[in-house]
Amino acid sequence: MMRHTLAVLVENNPGVLARVAGLFSRRGFNIDSLAVGRTENPAVSRMTIVVEGDARVLEQVTKQLHKLVDVIKISDVTAEEYVDRELVLIKVSVDPAHRGEVMQIADIFRARIVDLGRRTLTLECTGNDGKINAFEESLRPYGIKELVRTGKIAMLRGARFTGLQDNGTKEEVQ
Amino acid sequence: MEITAAEALVKCLEKEQVEVVFGYPGGAILPVYDALYHSSIRHVLVRHEQGAAHAADGYARATGRVGVCLATSGPGATNLITGIANAYMDSVPLVLITGQVPTSQVGTDAFQEVDITGITMPITKHNYLVKDASQLPRIVKNAFHIASTGRPGPVLIDLPKDVAQTVIKFQYPETVQLRGYKPTYRGHRNQIAEAARLIARAERPVIYAGGGILNSNASEELLALAETINAPVTNTFMGLSSFPGDHPLFLGMLGLHGTRAANLAVTNCDLLIALGARFDDRVTGNIAQFAPQAGVIHVDIDPAEIGKNVPVHVPIVGDVKLVLQDLLARLEKRIDNRWLEQVEAWKRQYPLSCGPDNGKLKPQYVVQKLHEITGGEAMVATDVGQHQMWVAQYYRFKRPGSLISSGGLGAMGFGLPAAMGAQIGQPDRLVVLVVGDGGFQMTMQELATIVEQELPIKIIILNNFVLGMVRQLQQVYCEGRYMAVEFKFHPDFETLARAYGIRSYTLRTKEEVDKYLPEALSAPGTVLVNCLVSAEENVNPMVPAGKSISEAIDC
Repeated sequence: MMRHTLAVLVENNPGVLARVAGLFSRRGFNIDSLAVGRTENPAVSRMTIVVEGDARVLEQVTKQLHKLVDVIKISDVTAEEYVDRELVLIKVSVDPAHRGEVMQIADIFRARIVDLGRRTLTLECTGNDGKINAFEESLRPYGIKELVRTGKIAMLRGARFTGLQDNGTKEEVQ
Repeated sequence: MEITAAEALVKCLEKEQVEVVFGYPGGAILPVYDALYHSSIRHVLVRHEQGAAHAADGYARATGRVGVCLATSGPGATNLITGIANAYMDSVPLVLITGQVPTSQVGTDAFQEVDITGITMPITKHNYLVKDASQLPRIVKNAFHIASTGRPGPVLIDLPKDVAQTVIKFQYPETVQLRGYKPTYRGHRNQIAEAARLIARAERPVIYAGGGILNSNASEELLALAETINAPVTNTFMGLSSFPGDHPLFLGMLGLHGTRAANLAVTNCDLLIALGARFDDRVTGNIAQFAPQAGVIHVDIDPAEIGKNVPVHVPIVGDVKLVLQDLLARLEKRIDNRWLEQVEAWKRQYPLSCGPDNGKLKPQYVVQKLHEITGGEAMVATDVGQHQMWVAQYYRFKRPGSLISSGGLGAMGFGLPAAMGAQIGQPDRLVVLVVGDGGFQMTMQELATIVEQELPIKIIILNNFVLGMVRQLQQVYCEGRYMAVEFKFHPDFETLARAYGIRSYTLRTKEEVDKYLPEALSAPGTVLVNCLVSAEENVNPMVPAGKSISEAIDC
């Protein structure tokens, strides 16, 4: 089983997320994570979908996604050079005695403290999967009260891009 | 021109040259019906929305045009669902327009509100909830384009009442703008060349042709391919009628209830040429043992079908008609009679058989007789079950697109309304409905519509007082524990027919069939023929669950 990262450009229409999510569930594909937001073009949204499966599953995922009229373009960036990031917010319970330790950990991971309570610290950290997981593990002994991850977003390195413009997808059909 | 969106909708339908819509009115769709008042479009008032969806489906299959349905919000919309799912499974082009509660009430559990775009997402090719009235003409244009091109399918437009009443500037778009929808029609040249090479090298080729042949009007090309390379042809259930049933190269249907000759030919072939077919489980049986020695060429307009169920050696995405034209240009006449002799031997050795005479009227005999009388020229609609398989086995179709039946979904109740739509689409053709006593009673309320519309459909009920296909399954898989399959009561169908003013016959013996069936088929107007047939019949051969299609049994 391999993890693939797909960059999917979709029409920014109501219901498009439901179409994509519904497709995954009814065809039995597993979504590892899904992040969505609009792009430089407000009519277009971009989904970054991390999906687990062998080559055959991935081929079906891609082909079935293509059948959705609202899906404009799909790029599997897994095999390419790309940057990926995820953001996590973690609320840790810390009494004042341990605050220093936690702040040191935050420092190591270049995380930021975004909120401070009497017995809690809320930290923000960005990075790839591995870093976020390691950050989470190192905070676990202190007691994680709450954790939220955005899901991964990805972009190709260098001059190449997975945007709309590079394959002439804007032509009209008779 | 400033008109309401509802009026614009009707104008759009006229621009799309819609001649008939099947529907049922209600509160939320009221503005659309009001707009229809001044239109020349024929409206067929059904007796249940399920009938409207199936009728539009039958119409689309019989004509190759888009079938159009109208229904109101809530229950009107949900009643369409079986029909939508059926059209989706069998790739039938439909545009379904449903009324919706006013936008201010959407999401409030209002009276007759249901989230029909949400519900139909998995069973439509695409759907729309119209929020901006000015977008309606564009949406209708897109809907007809999506429904009828590529791999056809149903498209639903949900129209809130207040949106329908909004005044807009009407202009019908000339072109379609859909950057996420571009079907591939021309096959890849190198792939076609590779397919031609495989065909030239093959010793035991078999052509496996499905519903895609009918959708792309490729029957002529299919015949040319078969005759050029001298390969036997088997049809999927959906592909039946795409190849002449009496042609010497024809093997009959393959799969679960396919002929032994077809199943043996596929199992032993060294090249399987799959055309507009999707390796459905009813076709393949145990998929690991399906065509185990064969290289596979798969032509389909839907890329997602290629490689979905079986590995493919030469995938070709494209319209099967265009692909076959390109392929034929690269093929030479092939004459190798050894394989054909083997296939012929199987055909002789394993003819279809309906078992020994038990003194009762055999349903298979009625279908054989129907074929004989009509010479394979009729348009035959069926319901779902044993009778459907007997039509597939014993009615040898001559004309492409003459079988109107629910394949993928297997929806009982489809037959009667679908026959209605087919006859409306083909008023000059003989349309015969072969239906079981179970399925007939699922949608028999449409008899009223048939009479009202003066449709001369010939209805043949193969009446055995039992849900025969399920009975057969219980015989084979439940050791004969027959549960909930026997009807202890039926209305007298002859009296029922009289209530509708329909001429009817009740036939009990071979002799009566011989004597009255020709008369019934040539009588004017709607005719109902109630054939009281043997209840002990099974559809044979049958491939038991989990077995290879070469291991069919007679049960």
